[in-house]
Amino acid sequence: MTPRLDSIWVYLAATPLLGLTATLLAYIVAFRIYQRSGMNPLANPVAIAVILLVTLLVLSGTPYQTYFDGAQFVHFLLGPATVALAVPLYDQRARLARLWLPLTLGLGAGVVTAIGSALGIAWALGASRETLLSLAPKSVTTPIAMGIAEKIGGLPSLTAVFVILTGMTGAIIARPLLNALRIDSHAARGFAVGVAAHGIGTARAFQISEQMGAFAGLAMGLTALVTAFIAPWMAPSLVSLLSP
Amino acid sequence: MATLEAIAVLLVFQTVGEALSYPLKLPVPGPVLGMTLLLGLMLVRPATVERLRPTSLELLKHLSLLFVPAGVGVMLHVARIGNEWLPIVVSLLVSTALAIAVTALVVTWTARRFALDDTEA
Repeated sequence: MTPRLDSIWVYLAATPLLGLTATLLAYIVAFRIYQRSGMNPLANPVAIAVILLVTLLVLSGTPYQTYFDGAQFVHFLLGPATVALAVPLYDQRARLARLWLPLTLGLGAGVVTAIGSALGIAWALGASRETLLSLAPKSVTTPIAMGIAEKIGGLPSLTAVFVILTGMTGAIIARPLLNALRIDSHAARGFAVGVAAHGIGTARAFQISEQMGAFAGLAMGLTALVTAFIAPWMAPSLVSLLSP
Repeated sequence: MATLEAIAVLLVFQTVGEALSYPLKLPVPGPVLGMTLLLGLMLVRPATVERLRPTSLELLKHLSLLFVPAGVGVMLHVARIGNEWLPIVVSLLVSTALAIAVTALVVTWTARRFALDDTEA
């Protein structure tokens, strides 16, 4: 006797297998579309994969938690991938040693700009307190941003969404913006993208050059570090100041 | 084996990072601390780099994939984003552009300033 199709579905939907498989398949499709578009940043593979998966989950009535039970294995790899950034950084050690002061100053300026301008603009346009606090760590890579959001009273899962949107925005606007500003050093370009747009910007930078990717990766790590220090005192005090 | 070893090394450094960061209440996230420690090891023992390189670069090549599961979480916040779309969209766009511009300009200006100091010295 063959089991009925819907009972197979019920069985599969309850295992982590489906969420994991769907994530990989959606990403492969999204990456093909991105390649077909000639690596056009508007065809960002994260955005396309997310749209495909959300459509699938909504149509099949699957809750996010069920999906994430499987997809968490992919999410988990963000940790080892962050550690792996040591390799491209090692390759850039000479440049790194030479540029440490400009990079440190750029990092500080960039992190304060990212937090301050995000909060100021969203507040001026009437965002709620929770949204403001969830926006503060948006330039930091996902797992760390979620931790910071939790610490300062934001909503971690909302922060994750802002982080992804920020990364996609950065990946799209970086090239025209940096060209307009006439920044040609791959080190400075990569570093700026990493400060503002973390891992998604870094992934984009690696597609342009190893050097740009390495500096973006360095910036992503350092931004996480500095934001983890600055956001917990800067964001809540700024928010209380703006909307007491 | 090389791949397995490399994955094990990455996980060990992440674990050490977390193990130091959490109990000491350091604001440095565990994986970032792990990355720093691994970089330190590589500087002391350059032989480790080549053993880790293929696996590390392969993992980083698919960095975007790793953001997908968190991104799908957008479905939990459709109502809030719908209500507050204007501040959210404008803030994300403008502040990301500002952060890129400010960082790139500060790095370039200070680097140029240094090059000038170097030639004058």
